[in-house]
Amino acid sequence: MAVKTVIEAIREGMDEEMARDESVFLIGEDVGNRGGVFLASDGLFKKYGELRVIDSPLAESCIVGVAIGAAVNGMRPIAEIQFADFIAPAMNQIIEEAARFCYRTAGDFNLPMVIRAPWGGGVHGALYHSQSIEATFGHIPGLKVVVPGTPADAKGLLKAAVRDPDPVLYLEHKRTYRLVKGEVPDGDRVVPIGKADVKREGKDLSLIAYGLMLTYCLEAAEKLAAEGVSAEVLDLRTIKPIDQAAIIATARKTGKVLVVHEDNRFAGIAAEVMAIIMENAFDALDAPVLRLTGPDVPAMPFNHVLEEAFMPNVDKILAKARELAAY
Amino acid sequence: MASVKMPQLGESITEGTIAKWLKQPGDQVKKYEGLVEIITDKVNAEVPAPLAGILKEIKVKEGATVTVGTEIAIIEESVTATPATRPPPSKELEEVQAAFNTPDAAAPVPVVGPSSEGRTRLSPAVRALIEEHRISDAELSRIEGSGIGGRISKKDVEDFVSKRTQPATANGEQRQTAASPAAPSAPTPGTTIPLSPMRRAIATNMLKSKQTIPHAWTVAEVDMTNVVRFRQTTKDSFKLREGIDLTFVPIIVKAVVEGLKAVPMLNASWSEQGVVLHRDINIGVAVSVDDGLIVPVVHQADRMSISGLAKAIDDLAKRARAGKLGIPDVQGGTFTVNNPGTFGTILSYSIIAPPQAGILAMDAIVKRPVVVEGDAIAVRSMMNLCLSFDHRVLDGVSAARFLQGVRRWLEGFSEQVPLY
Repeated sequence: MAVKTVIEAIREGMDEEMARDESVFLIGEDVGNRGGVFLASDGLFKKYGELRVIDSPLAESCIVGVAIGAAVNGMRPIAEIQFADFIAPAMNQIIEEAARFCYRTAGDFNLPMVIRAPWGGGVHGALYHSQSIEATFGHIPGLKVVVPGTPADAKGLLKAAVRDPDPVLYLEHKRTYRLVKGEVPDGDRVVPIGKADVKREGKDLSLIAYGLMLTYCLEAAEKLAAEGVSAEVLDLRTIKPIDQAAIIATARKTGKVLVVHEDNRFAGIAAEVMAIIMENAFDALDAPVLRLTGPDVPAMPFNHVLEEAFMPNVDKILAKARELAAY
Repeated sequence: MASVKMPQLGESITEGTIAKWLKQPGDQVKKYEGLVEIITDKVNAEVPAPLAGILKEIKVKEGATVTVGTEIAIIEESVTATPATRPPPSKELEEVQAAFNTPDAAAPVPVVGPSSEGRTRLSPAVRALIEEHRISDAELSRIEGSGIGGRISKKDVEDFVSKRTQPATANGEQRQTAASPAAPSAPTPGTTIPLSPMRRAIATNMLKSKQTIPHAWTVAEVDMTNVVRFRQTTKDSFKLREGIDLTFVPIIVKAVVEGLKAVPMLNASWSEQGVVLHRDINIGVAVSVDDGLIVPVVHQADRMSISGLAKAIDDLAKRARAGKLGIPDVQGGTFTVNNPGTFGTILSYSIIAPPQAGILAMDAIVKRPVVVEGDAIAVRSMMNLCLSFDHRVLDGVSAARFLQGVRRWLEGFSEQVPLY
């Protein structure tokens, strides 16, 4: 076991999967010689050559369309969208084709493909390099959406996504790439899709998060512990299919839940998590289920103060958690 | 500095329990703004602040019972604001944050914190725990809420249970010993239900009544056939018109009012100075509630029609069951009507509520064969009216005259008796 960053874990995961299975290949903008804009595929071009690490035109619909065609023909493509913000031109390919291919062919065809997309803000990326897209795609039946928050989960979920028979949208929070470091188990460890993970046990209240917010919640939980509040932190890891059992279990355990995400508030993942809790754990609740989210404004601003105002952070989580603890 | 004292919330009330502080030390209070909730034997009341200022100190904690006049808090008459304890955040950031928080401003930004009913509103988790551990209302009232506004949190109940179970474990051990063959005849220990303020109040009043009032008891048998018929034909249209059920209670109360008008000595109170005849006829109507009994009062019942009485009684009973009675609602009764008959009783010996001189129990209306005019036997709806009266105040003759008046009024009931 060694301590790695999230970006290293992703690179390692792709490398191991490509070595394991010849049908796995990578396609995206600048993924080849350049190694990807975040260097996720650094070195893979040299190792696997231009037939398995393909630089695509600046056309997301093409990247996803090619991946769909390849997947139908027995390949296992990993399509990289350079920034999640640029995924819109590929919407039609993803929603109308990839997500429903298995259903449309009555199960005759699967599309074993991964779409990787760096998402999220807090990196001064401004309007076109900061967006959260998990709720938009989580709403589409037929798509799986994963959101790892730690290096170990990033690697394990990437392997699971590559091996999954259906299209998986693999979201990597770009702020976690080099910020979050952690032990990554050696060997071929797959983290199952659809399983949340209790990252910290607690009994007074639950913080439910994913991606970058997981790191913030763990930090907040540490500070809360010093104040005598025992916070449990549940990492969703997968948005779709969401781990209902884990959500219900933590809500039943503590009776007080705060859901945190940086995506817009309206009809966000928090709303779904809260609904699951209300439907299944109402009788165990000791306080209203709360959420801390990004605001319903069109995009993340560039200005530092404005960006800070948009993003949930440790202080905001702490403030909300204290309210909940005091309730 | 001004001190706030436990107020006297009623003529016979000598002490009060602090249910909940609505303000905390350091809080600004406006004059007449709710300061504290107080539980007395009968009702809960919100006590307003006697003056504007800052609540300096709370002298009596929630849950504690003190006598009337005890200092419970200190208010400092001033208008100085409490200094901010945390450094002001960046003003710019604050403004932006506020702006960001408003896009869906049509919906109010949710504020965490229970409503003013904080203490009595229980979360589902708390309710589940209460049920699981069979926590009585009395026990619940002893749990100190640590949440916002004194809300009882899940943790508070868990702490309470963990403290409570210690003696229970000891009991469990005893039970095992008792069950062992060595001591086969030892009784299984039971549970002690702690006394709620209401239970204690009922106990005190009943004991005082039985010990000081020489109760006499007498029964009249009343043919209710006319009333039953009348109610049968009227109740549906009454319900349609008035929105409430026409029960026998307002009709009996009306009859009692007529009886009391004829025998004013029963609408009276004993005192060492003399028998006090009451000008108003205020009828207490016993209402059973979750953990006991409460007797709200229909004031000046002699000025009401049957319909008016029905509405007044319905309103009082509803508020009694909802715990929303105020002090005036339970005070000033001069005579009480009790209705055990709904539970099928046929002879009831009620205890007088001091300082009243009598209480009338309506027992069940049952069909029985009775001899009527012309020595014929007929099936009639019969009811016993049982009167307990203070023999110091009046004698059997007056009591019997009262019952006779009530009986005649009821038996003579016809459609000519105005409902309104």
